[in-house]
This record gives sequence, structure tokens and C-alpha cells, in this order.
Amino acid sequence: MSMSAAGIPAATTAGGFLLVLVLVLPLLGVLAALTLGGRNARRVAMTAIPLGLVLAIALGIELMKSGQALVYVLGGWAPPLGIALRADGLSVVMLLTTALILLAVAVYGQADFQMPAGVDEARAPFMFWTLLLAVWGALNALFLASDLFTLYVALELLTFAGVPLVSLSGSPETVQAALRYLLFALLGSVLYMLGAVLLYGTYGTLDIALLAERVRPVPAVIAAAALMTVGLLAKTALFPLHLWLPPAHAGAPAAASAVLSALVVKGSWFLVVRLWFDVMPGVVTLSAAQLLAALGTAAIVVGSVVALRQERLKLLVAYSTMAQIGYLFLMFPLAFDPAGNAPVHGAALDGGLLQVVSHATAKAGMFMAAGLIYAALGHDRIADLAGVARAMPVTVLAFALAGLALMGVVPSGAYLAKKLMLDAADGSGQWWWMIVLQGGAVFTAGYVVLVLVSVLRSRPGPMPLVKRVSRLSELAALVLSMSSLLLAFAALGPVPGDLVSNPLAPKELGTLLAVVLGGALLALGLSRRSLLATARPATGADGGLLRRSAVAVGEAFELADRAVRRWQAASISLLMLVALVGGLLVFGAPS
Amino acid sequence: MNVSLLVDGSLLVMIVVVALWTIAVRDSFAAVIGYACYGLLLGFAWVRLAAIDAALTEAAIGGGLTSVLLIRAVVRLRSTEASTQAETPGRLQRILAAILSAAVAAALGVVVLALPEPAPSLAPQVAQHIASTGLGNAVTAVLLAFRATDTLLEAVVLVYALVAVWALTPDRLWGGRPGQKYDADPNGMLAYLARLLPPLGIIVAIYVFWVGADLPGGKFQAGTLLAAMWLLAIMAGLTDAPPVSRRWLRVALVAGSVVFLAIGFAGVPLAGAFLAYPEGYAKPLILIIEAASMLSIAVTLGLLVLGPPERSEHS
Amino acid sequence: MNAVTLYGLCGAALVGLGLYGLIVNPQPLRKILSFNLVGSGVFLLFGVVARRGAAFGMGGDPVPQALVITGIVVAFSATALAVALLLRLHEAAGSASLAAPEPPAKPDA
Repeated sequence: MSMSAAGIPAATTAGGFLLVLVLVLPLLGVLAALTLGGRNARRVAMTAIPLGLVLAIALGIELMKSGQALVYVLGGWAPPLGIALRADGLSVVMLLTTALILLAVAVYGQADFQMPAGVDEARAPFMFWTLLLAVWGALNALFLASDLFTLYVALELLTFAGVPLVSLSGSPETVQAALRYLLFALLGSVLYMLGAVLLYGTYGTLDIALLAERVRPVPAVIAAAALMTVGLLAKTALFPLHLWLPPAHAGAPAAASAVLSALVVKGSWFLVVRLWFDVMPGVVTLSAAQLLAALGTAAIVVGSVVALRQERLKLLVAYSTMAQIGYLFLMFPLAFDPAGNAPVHGAALDGGLLQVVSHATAKAGMFMAAGLIYAALGHDRIADLAGVARAMPVTVLAFALAGLALMGVVPSGAYLAKKLMLDAADGSGQWWWMIVLQGGAVFTAGYVVLVLVSVLRSRPGPMPLVKRVSRLSELAALVLSMSSLLLAFAALGPVPGDLVSNPLAPKELGTLLAVVLGGALLALGLSRRSLLATARPATGADGGLLRRSAVAVGEAFELADRAVRRWQAASISLLMLVALVGGLLVFGAPS
Repeated sequence: MNVSLLVDGSLLVMIVVVALWTIAVRDSFAAVIGYACYGLLLGFAWVRLAAIDAALTEAAIGGGLTSVLLIRAVVRLRSTEASTQAETPGRLQRILAAILSAAVAAALGVVVLALPEPAPSLAPQVAQHIASTGLGNAVTAVLLAFRATDTLLEAVVLVYALVAVWALTPDRLWGGRPGQKYDADPNGMLAYLARLLPPLGIIVAIYVFWVGADLPGGKFQAGTLLAAMWLLAIMAGLTDAPPVSRRWLRVALVAGSVVFLAIGFAGVPLAGAFLAYPEGYAKPLILIIEAASMLSIAVTLGLLVLGPPERSEHS
Repeated sequence: MNAVTLYGLCGAALVGLGLYGLIVNPQPLRKILSFNLVGSGVFLLFGVVARRGAAFGMGGDPVPQALVITGIVVAFSATALAVALLLRLHEAAGSASLAAPEPPAKPDA
């Protein structure tokens, strides 16, 4: 499924023109939406996105026919003088996922972002559709470009498209969240740019394939690798650089949060993968990869515990994103070759890619469901969600399926991803990551159980619904959640079929039960309000000793999270990470 | 020690000192003025590095427009100075930040000293292929021929940035005019300058654009000059910012990218690849792209400085 | 060492200064200023790389010079967006601070 970038000739391959079309279509969409204005913005989006999906599918077919990466040399000038577009399996999977999720978000957003009657153009709807196309254009450029500077411009496109989505509602908190996001993202991209400068200074080219041939672990390249990696980590909001993510993703409207969580943070992750696997595989070391996975583990634990402590549903889902981003980095140490020298395109990378796709679809579905609950109730306080399951069954089902998909229940994509990564961990003897992979599901189950218990409670009186939610939006959320849950079947083509066991087999059911039980225990202990709270206070003031110590642990995590999310702490951690990664690249190198 | 080393050395010392002052000075307004000086000094540094196109761009955009942007902002934010000053981090954090920043700078310095000799360069390839573009200015050839897609994406970045700025409009003011209404004294110095400079500025801009094909210059610098002239006229009250809902404004914003894309696609049947130029027609096509882009750049940069709409369109 | 290396060291110093300002200065406007400092330092480094690649009658390698021009424009648009956000924050909330407000302490049930 994945193909290596080395050894690809810099000449346009058959079907390469599709790459140009996939790149240009969203950009044309943005320009058209801006010029035509008003109601046409939505019409342009609803025309272009399905068309883009068709193009992405055509690209996938072309790729499978040709068996190697598709290349298009722009302007007829081959690298190093010119730039090329390149699509391998990794790009095509991301392109398809992006198009699918954007289609679902577009369908979902029909209800909330219609231009009001009697007005030519209103700000929020116009901006929503234009920004949707803008994010799409930036992501396509990111997945297709094969030159480090073009990728820098694509990163900036992504930031400029994502930031206004955060402040789409216009409230002061979201504007502040958007400003923090922008400033931290700019810090990340300027470090990336610095790395690119060092690479050009050493090798005279920024083309990925050419650099792959020439790169050696000299000081300039090591510095570049450290700077670029950490800069991209800041844009991906990996712990401890996640200061901007929770308020940004929680404050945005649900459709925007879906795009931000599912797609925008994946763009910079994709670039880290490109750098590590395709540009500098001989430079990055196993110890540096272990550091990334360690940060990922911290993200999973801290994010999940703080998610459990939240009182608002959207903040819970935002912290869940922060935790799930940790999963994306577990694959790095598992992808190294048996000798531990360089990462290879193998089962671990396939697992990581599956993880990304399943997280993207599940998280988008989850945010959409949370948004529908917010719209229907007028609030998203977890403690007051009783009766929602009865009133909005489709929405709650979408949320539940998304939660199951994130937990890695058979046959979700996350399950298959976990299997692939467990195999890789077993094979390379890194048993500690096996513990994290298995244990992470319990943390995820914690907050999923918390929400489900809240919505499944019955309400004594009538349900005070503020608004009827659109059936279409519910369906969009449900379709995304289901696709994540059934992803293992879709991925079965290139992956051996015996990896997906029968979901009703006793072993799988037993694992599921253990995970859910573990999650319930976590939720019982750590959530802010007792899971089984009723109107009357519990007999012994704050509950027993166990509950009080668990709550203290939860509070400690929250305080730690808030401390790390201060600007000075986060930016100082950023520089410390640059030094740490640089050091591990120098000293972790196999002799 | 010869004279040129002395000149370079003193210029660099000045740059670093001004930069240090900009970081360290208490008052934000002083810091912004310091940054304006820094931008101009940096323009000189680029001249000394024999990168005249970059020097023009840095002086115009980095030193010029950015300073305008920051000065307008710092004046409006004066009232928050005291409260935000109180959030200055403690000594430990400052020391830690200083150590880490110094470490990064030192590592970079070491890497700079260790850059390979002879330096890898694409100048030979550029010299080899520049004849087919019909251009004399190598930088323009790189921007509009060899790496044209980067420039296309960069035009799109400007559009994205403006859309993002417009997204910050208060809902009730959507479709209104950006910036405040300027009421300069019609007999005052500002209005006088605003009548005197723009015609000169436009001529210089057209010259810079035209000559950019063979000598340093080009659409970015010309577009910035046009934007500055437009802003001058607005700030002197001679003209007003257009409402953002106007169709002609939107068309002007996207014209550069659209022309770029159109010529790019025309290159597929005519020259075999997207953004390839047919034999002999490279220079005229490039000039067409540059002309359309120059107008779009001028309008976009001007609007970026003015900010999101702050008044209704009938004000 | 020759003059070009001096410019490189200056670029490195500017990056360091800018990073320090970005971390330490509490006012968002000065963070934006520091970001511009870091950016111009990075571009100066690119200019040094360009100058070292001088050949064939050209004063420097034109590719990095072209990339710097693109970079300056992108940095300006980023600054413009950041300033617009900051001014909007000031207008909407009266403050210009990046610090998130501390949530009030709440008793657990």
C-alpha cells in the first residue's frame, strides 16, 4: 500500500495530470466562492467537493494501475531547478480521507450555515463555505507537493485557513484561542523554514527525492531534522506543545471543530512522516523516535484524564483529540527496520496510516454528534444530558459508534491499526509500547463511558429541546462514525484477512468487556461529578477515601495540564525539545 | 582589515543592536519604531549580499508595510500596555528562555561556520536555462518560470490571509468598509503629500514592474508601491476604502491568481505541461501574469493593512 | 572569516534574539514583532546561502533569493492576520492578553 519515494524518476508519469487537477480544483473553488459571493459560496462548495472526491478516487485507481508513485513535473522544469508533484500510497489515502470527511462536513453544515433569507451575504455562512474549500486546497497541496519550500507554503495555507475557523463564531474567547493558535503555529513554521534553509545550504536542493539520495547525518542536517520535527509537532499539538488545541477546538462551531480535529492537525503530522520516512530516514534515530512515542504516551494519559474532568462535552471531545494525537506518534519507533537503523515503509506505517484515517473519521463524527446535542439542548453540560438518548437516538448512536471506533473495538480501523502495530512491537522486541497500545484503549473508554452514561440516564420531566436538529446532519455524523467502525473491512484488501477476527468471538468480547470495565472505573474515580450522582448527596460528604484520592489525582493532572499550557512553559518546552531531539539524533545513532 | 569588511561589520553590529533594543525596550511604541529602523537596515544588508530583488522587497514590505501595520496597531493598543506588562514572566523563566535561545543561536552559528565548501548552488542550471525564458533577471525567471507553482500558491496565500482577516468582521458590519474614516485637513501636509506622491509612485511602480524582467524589480515590489500609494490617498481622506462586498474589489483580488491559473492550463496543450511556456512566448506571457498579479498584490496588501471592515458601507 | 560568514552569524543571532522575545514578551504585539525578527533572521541565513552560491556572473544563487521574496510576503500576511486578530480581541474583550483566565475553583460533588 505504501511506496518508498527513493528511486523515483523525476519525470511526469502517466496519469500525472490528475495531480494538477486535484491540486488546483479546491483553489479554483476558493477563488470562485470569493468572487461570486453570497449564496454561491455554498453552491461552489457543494459542486467542487464531490467532484474532488471523484478525482481522488480516479487518482487512487491510477496509482494502483501503475504500481509506483505518480509524478508530475511542473512547468516542464525538472527538480532540482523546478518542482514536482508526487503521489504515493500515503498521499492518496490522505487525499481520499480528506475528500470524504469534507463531503460529510459539507452535508452536516447545510443546516447551520445557510445564508439567511433577505440578505445577500452574511459573514459566518460565507466564511464557512469559503474556509472549507480553503482547508481542502491547503491539504491537497500538502499531500501532493514534493518540494520542502512548496510544503512550507502549503503549511501556511493550512494555518491561514484553520485559524479563522476557530474564531468563526466571533466570541472573544474564540478570538483569543485563534490568536494563540496562530502565534504558536507561526513559531512552528518558522522553525520548519529554518530547517529547510539548512538543508538547501548543504545540498543545494529542496526536492524530497533528491534530498533522500544526498542526505547524510552531518551537523547541519541534524539541526534541520530537530528544528523541522519540533516545529511540526507544535502545529500538531503533541504534548507538551498542545497549549492552543483545547480552547480552539472546543470554541469553534461543531462543523469547524470536526474539520480542525480530523484534518488540519493531520497535515503537519503527515509532513513529519514524510520527513522521517522519505527525506531523512538515515538521519533519524530510534531513540529520537522513542522520544516521540513517549510524548505520545504522555498525551494519551494526560489528555484522557483531563477529558474525564471536563464539564462541557465539546471540551471533552477536544481533549480526546489531544489524547488521540498521541496515538499517531506511537508508530515511529515501531517502524524502524530490525537493525534499528532507519524507518521503513512497512506494517507499522500502514498501522499509523490506518490510525489516522480511523481517528479522523471517528473524531469528525464525534464532534458532529456533540454539536447536534449542543444545538438541540442549547448547552453541552455533561451533567445535564439526561434523556438525550431517548430524544436523539441517531445522534447518540453516532457518538457511541465513534467512541467504540476510537477505543479500537473490532472491526474498527483503530483495531486493525493496533494489531499491525502490536505485531511490529512484538517483532522488534519493544514490549513497552505493547502495554501502551493495549492500555490506551482503557483511557479512551473512560470518557466514552462517561458521556454514554450521562446521555442514557432517564430524565424525570420532559426534555427541554431548544431546536429540532436536521436529520441530514445526524445521518452525516452516523455515516462517518460507522465508516470508522467498519474501516478494517475496507482496509482488508492489501492487508492479510486473518488479522480481523470475529467480533463476537469470546476472546474479543472479553477484551472489550475488560476495556469498558477499566474505562468505567476510571470514569467513576476521576470524573468531576460522580458518575452515579443522584439528587441527594452521598452519605459520607465527598465519598470514600478511594474516590477522594482519585479526584485528587485528577485535579493534579488538570493543574499540570494548565501549567504546561501557559505560553512561557509551552514555548520553553518547545526549545527544550529541539535540543533533546537534536541530542538524541546525535547520540542515538547506531555505531 | 579592508574597508568593505568594516562596512559589513558595522552594519551587522547596528542590526543586532537595534534588534536587541527592540526586544528589550519597555515601551511597545518604541519597539515598533525600532523595528522600522531594523527593517531599513536589513534592506542595506540585502544589498551587501548582492540580492537586490530581496533588498527591494524587504525594504518595501518588511520595513515599510509591516511597520505601518504595527504602528497602527500599537497606537490602538496603548491602553492595554500596563495590564499586559504585568504578565512579564519571572526571572527563572527568563533565564531559561535566554539560555535556550542562546543555545539555538549558537548551534546555528556553528552550522553556518561548517557549511560545505564549495557551496552547492543552482546558479549553473539557472544560467543554462534562462535563455529559453527570454528574461534577464534570474530571480524573476525562478519565480515565474522554474518555480512558478510556488508563486501561484503564494498569490493564493495572500487571498487566504485576506479572507481570514475579513472573517474577523463583526456580523452586523459585514460588507462594510475596512478601517476608520480618515479626515485629514485638506490644506494640510498629509493631503499635499497624498496629491504629490501617488502619481510619482505609480510611475515608479510601473517602471519597477517593467524593468523587473531584466533587472532587479518585479511585481511584488511594484505592487507594494501601488498599495502604499493607495493607502496614502485613503489616509489623507482623498479617497475611501471600498466596501468588501463590491464585486469589482473581489474580482481585483482574484485576478492575479486566475490569470496565472489560466495561462498555466493553457500551457498544457501548447507547451506540454502545466505552467510551461510555449517556445518564444515565455516573456510576453510572464509579463501578462506579472501585470495581473501586480494589481491583485496591490489591492490585497492594501486591504491587509486596513484590516477587517469597521464601518458599514454607507458611512 | 569572510564577510558572508559574518552575515550568517548575524542571522543566527537574530534568530536567537527573536526566539527570546517570542517567549518572554507578554504583549502579543511584541510577540508578533519577535516572530518577524526570527523570520528575517531565517531569511538572512537563506541570503547567506545564496551569496555563497554565486557563480556564472550572478551575484548569488537566484533560487534562495526568490524563495526569500516569497517568504517575506508570506510573513507579512501572517503578521497582518495576527494584528487583525489582536485588534479584534482588544475590541471585543478590552484586553490584549494571551493568558487564559483561570477557572474558578469548584467543589466536587
